This record gives sequence, structure tokens and C-alpha cells, in this order.
Amino acid sequence: MGYKAEIKTKKELITGLSTIIGEKEKAKALLKVEDLSLSFIQYASGLRQTELKVISNLSLQAYKGEILAVVGSSGSGKSLLAHAILGILPSNAKLDGKIEYNGEELTQEKKEEMRGKEIALIPQAITYLDPLMKISDQVMGCVEKKDEGLMKKFQREIFQRYNLKPEVERMLPHELSGGMARRVLVSTAVISSSKLVIADEPTPGLDEKTLNETLSYFKDMADKGCAVILITHDIEAALKISHKIAVFYAGTILEIANVEDFKNNGENLRHPYTRALWNALPQNKFQAIKGHQPIQDEVIDGCIFYERCSKKKALCSQGIPQLKKINGGVVRCNNAS
Amino acid sequence: MLNNGKIAGFIGKKTLRLVSLLIVVCFASFMLIQSSPIDPVRAYIGEMPVTAEHKAKLEEYWGVNTPPQEKFLNWAGDIVKGDFGTSLIYRTPVIDVIKERFTASLVLMGVSWLFAGILGFVLGIVAGMKQGTWVDKAIKTYCYALAAAPTFWLALVLLMVFSVYLGWFPIGLSVPIGVTADNVTFFDWFKRLILPALTLSLLDVAKITMFTREKLIEVLSSDYVLFAKARGEKGLDLVLRHGIRNVALPAITLQFLGFSELFGGTVLVEQVFSYPGIGQAAVAAGLRSDVPLLLGIVIFSTLFVFFGNLIADIIYEFVDPRIRQQEASI
Repeated sequence: MGYKAEIKTKKELITGLSTIIGEKEKAKALLKVEDLSLSFIQYASGLRQTELKVISNLSLQAYKGEILAVVGSSGSGKSLLAHAILGILPSNAKLDGKIEYNGEELTQEKKEEMRGKEIALIPQAITYLDPLMKISDQVMGCVEKKDEGLMKKFQREIFQRYNLKPEVERMLPHELSGGMARRVLVSTAVISSSKLVIADEPTPGLDEKTLNETLSYFKDMADKGCAVILITHDIEAALKISHKIAVFYAGTILEIANVEDFKNNGENLRHPYTRALWNALPQNKFQAIKGHQPIQDEVIDGCIFYERCSKKKALCSQGIPQLKKINGGVVRCNNAS
Repeated sequence: MLNNGKIAGFIGKKTLRLVSLLIVVCFASFMLIQSSPIDPVRAYIGEMPVTAEHKAKLEEYWGVNTPPQEKFLNWAGDIVKGDFGTSLIYRTPVIDVIKERFTASLVLMGVSWLFAGILGFVLGIVAGMKQGTWVDKAIKTYCYALAAAPTFWLALVLLMVFSVYLGWFPIGLSVPIGVTADNVTFFDWFKRLILPALTLSLLDVAKITMFTREKLIEVLSSDYVLFAKARGEKGLDLVLRHGIRNVALPAITLQFLGFSELFGGTVLVEQVFSYPGIGQAAVAAGLRSDVPLLLGIVIFSTLFVFFGNLIADIIYEFVDPRIRQQEASI
């Protein structure tokens, strides 16, 4: 009973908090994720069901004209966040919490209606394209016969803008080079004229030039008024173009910092983990912290970063720290001030 | 995009393989018959009473006492010239018997092959789309049951139900008894084709259904289908757009690879339905020691299965754009 009451107050607190942030920012968030939890139901031995929690109490907002980078190590569940927003999770997934788009709650039906029109995903790799379908058909997507001419024109324009030669239209995915593939994947989002673009790991394995080029596409989108969520493990790339950085750790967001906070020695960063990340970069101290992320089925009562934290207190092992708004950012840490 | 060198290499390789296969098959089946207790003279005279002297003459004529290797070379030499000998039971040239019988069988096999392919593919797609639901379970159960049922048993059951109890179809043969060939209508012939074709295809359906289902489930859990969903595609449209495209090629390839099983099934089905095809002729030739016919049929069925596999290879090597492209880029 007491536990439930606690959850309730916490929810209120978070809701209250995000309204404060919302008011402060003036502009209304295009996408608002509140207290999102995601778990998978699995059959352990025999008929015993277990729940594997992969995302817990995650909150974030995306604003028009801004790039929000969600940065975290591989395997921390970042892609699942994108899948949750788009409603393409597998059937054994259980989603709690609230997702709002443009002030309206995003239910599964709403997601199905919105995706591809209002919300676009830019996938990680070429495997997300049908291996046996021509590129132009894939970029255009499923269009009605009457719109085909118009879409074709759109597609040609976009290809021209992205410096894709006309013969690319007739190619199959395996014939594309890495850079071309990246541009084709970006085109699929641009052609949909979506307001919210979620790019899932769009940069791995790209050379410096292609990387900057790809990043410039996202900047372009934001400049044209889209809200862009950039999911990546490459913090340097994220810092180049993003406005805000959300630090993702073991299925939740520990801090949302403004890009300016990453200047100097990172003394403006709020969470010990964010600071550790910053210090781990080669151009900074190149220091890694000990330990590893908690495994998904580990039950942790308290701060999720407790084990590895250098500033832990007794309080930290009891109950998840509340989200606090500090210096224009949000942090989930008892010690931050 | 196809280069001529590759085609030439492919044809050369396949021709070589066909020739060596035929030589081995001919030699092996000839030696098997040679060491079997078949007596061609006995087979020829049947129940006629003959004197010992007469019999010796016949043995001399049939070459019973020539050494096996000489026999083989004689026979193989004739085969190369296109002379398959004379059938002992039909008393006509083997090649004529095979021509007539094979045509009848090809119609039967073709119809059931096509029917099985289409039905199996559709069932597989439906089951794959509805994975885990009762529709899927029903289709799966049906496939397991069919896969476990012996051909001749299924043929008998169909015959009992549809021909004996219900009387919808004639019991056997490909044309009515006592009607001259000129007076047989298409309908007469077609009515007698349905049951055997149905038996053959029902068995084939199971394999292609299970394969298509498996393949579609694989495709539906792929990244590109997930992305298609993320772009708003859904339901049947999505399956038609991405599923069929990616499942069709392997399914068609498998269907061509199934020629050998099809042929095996035909032998049994034709026997049960007394359908005058190549399978029935093979059984008759075997039971009644008609060596030239039996060997002729062996050669032609080898060719039949070989070409089935060849078509599958061609699809695999030349039709699939991914493989085509890889080859070109090397």
C-alpha cells in the first residue's frame, strides 16, 4: 500500500516537474515521454513467467527545431525506446507510462496512424531495406497509384539534394556503398515530411567526411522545424550537432544536459555518470570507471548507478532518486545541486 | 548483366554432370539387373510350352551366354544410337511405350505439381501471417498428418470415398473402357485425372506449405519488415509487398527440387488408380522382367529428375538478383 502511494506521489512529482520545464521552455514539446517503462514477458522454466525490465521510469521531451541526442552504451536499450515510440515492439513487450505527441496521448492505434506520416524512423543499417526491392520503390514507400507521379518527383528532388545519382533508383540495397546507403535511409524519412524524426544509431562505421555529412542532414531537418531524436553511442558526434544530450544508462535516462554543459572539464555536468562518460573520452582524461551496467534482470533498489558511483551516500541505496531540475537540465541524482 | 562466360561455364559443367550421371546410372542399373534372377527367355516365352532345343535357340538369340561386359557395351551402343530395344510385354519399341506413357504421366504430374505449388504457397502464407493462431495450428496439423500418410493409403482412401461411396469419379484408368480412342472426350479423360492428381498434390502440399510458412515467419521478423511497419505499412499489404517477393523464389526453387519425390509418388498413385502412365509401366516392367523397358524408364526418369534440379539451379544462379550481382562484382 505504502509502495503504491509512493509511486503515485512520484508520478505527480514528475508530471509537475515536466510542466515547470515546459513552461520555462515556452515552446510546447512535440514529443513528451513520461515515466516510460518497458518489460518483456518471458517464459522461464516450464510455465513460469518472468518479466525482464529493459526500460524503467524514463522521461524525455523533444522540441521542434531541436536535436535531442540519446547517448548510451550499446545494449542499454536505446533502440527499444525508438521502437516503443513507434509502436513496433514485439508482442511480448509490456509498456507502461505515457507518451504524448503534440499534446495528445499516443496510443498504439494512434502510433500506427502516425508512423510514416508524422513520426519517421531512420534505421541503423541497410538490413532495414527489403533486399529484393528497388531503391526508388523503397524510398517512396507504399503509395497509391494516383500519388505515384508526385512521389516520384519528390524522390528525384531528394536524391538530387543528397547527391544520389539517378541510377541509384534502380539499384537493390546490396549494390549501395556505405555512404549511399546512409543517404538513402535518410531520404526515407525526408520524403515522409514527418515532424518527428528518430534516427537510430545513424553513424557507426562512417568515415569522418561521411559522418559530418550525415550529421548535417539532421541539422538540416531540425533547421526546417523537425524535432530530431538522435540515438547514438557516439557522444562526440552527438555533441557536434545536438542541442540537448540525454544520458541513457541501464534502461533509464540519468541526465538531460544542454550541450554547453559539456564544455571545459565538464564541471557543469550534473550526474557522476555523465561526468565519467566525459572523462572517458580520449581527448579528455581517457579514464574509464570500474564495473559494468547492471544486467537487465538484476533487481536494484535505489539508484541504478549506485555500485559504480564515487559519491554514493547511504540515501542512494534506498529508493530511486527523484528527477531534479538543475541549471536548465534534468538529473536523477541525490547529490546533484 | 549476365556474362556469357558464366553461362558457357554453367552449361559445360551441367552437360558434363549429366553425361557422367547417365553413364553411372546405366551401368549400375544394368549390373543390378544382370545379377538379379531375371531370365529374359522365360520372360519372353511366358507360359508357352517349348522344347529344350527351342529354348537353347532362344537363349542364343537373346545372348544369355555372352559375357556381361559385352552385353552392356552392346546395349549401351544401341542406346547411344537411339535404339532402346523392344518391350517384351508390349511388343513395341521401348521408345514408343515411353513416349506414350510419359506424356500421360507428365500431364498428371504437371497438374498436381502446379496445384500443389499454388495451394501450398497460399496455405504457407496464410499460416505464416497468422502464426500461433488456430488457423496456423489447423494448417500445421493438416500438413503433419499429410506428411505422415503413405501415398498409396491416401490414394485408396480417396478412391473409396469419392469413387466407391460417393460415385463422383470413375475408379481408374485414363479413359472409359470399351470406347475407341476417337470417341473419348476431354471430359472423360479429365474426370479420371482429378483423383490421382489430387492424391499426388495433397502430399506435395505439406512440404511446400511448411517451407513457405517457415520462410515467411523469418521474413516477417526481419529488420526490413520492422522498418516497413515503422513507415506505416501493415497487414496484407505489407505481406504482399515484402513477404511474397522474398518467399517466392526459394519456394519455387524447392518445388523444382521436388521432382524426384513427385516421380516416386506417381509410381504408387498410378498403380492404385490404374492410370496408364510411366510409373505403372515401370512396375509392370519390373514384375514381368521386361528388361529393355525397365532400363529405358530408368534413363528417362533420370533425365526428368535431372532437369528438375537443373531448373532449380538456374533459378538460384541466374534469377535471384543478389546472387547475380555478387557474381558480377567478383
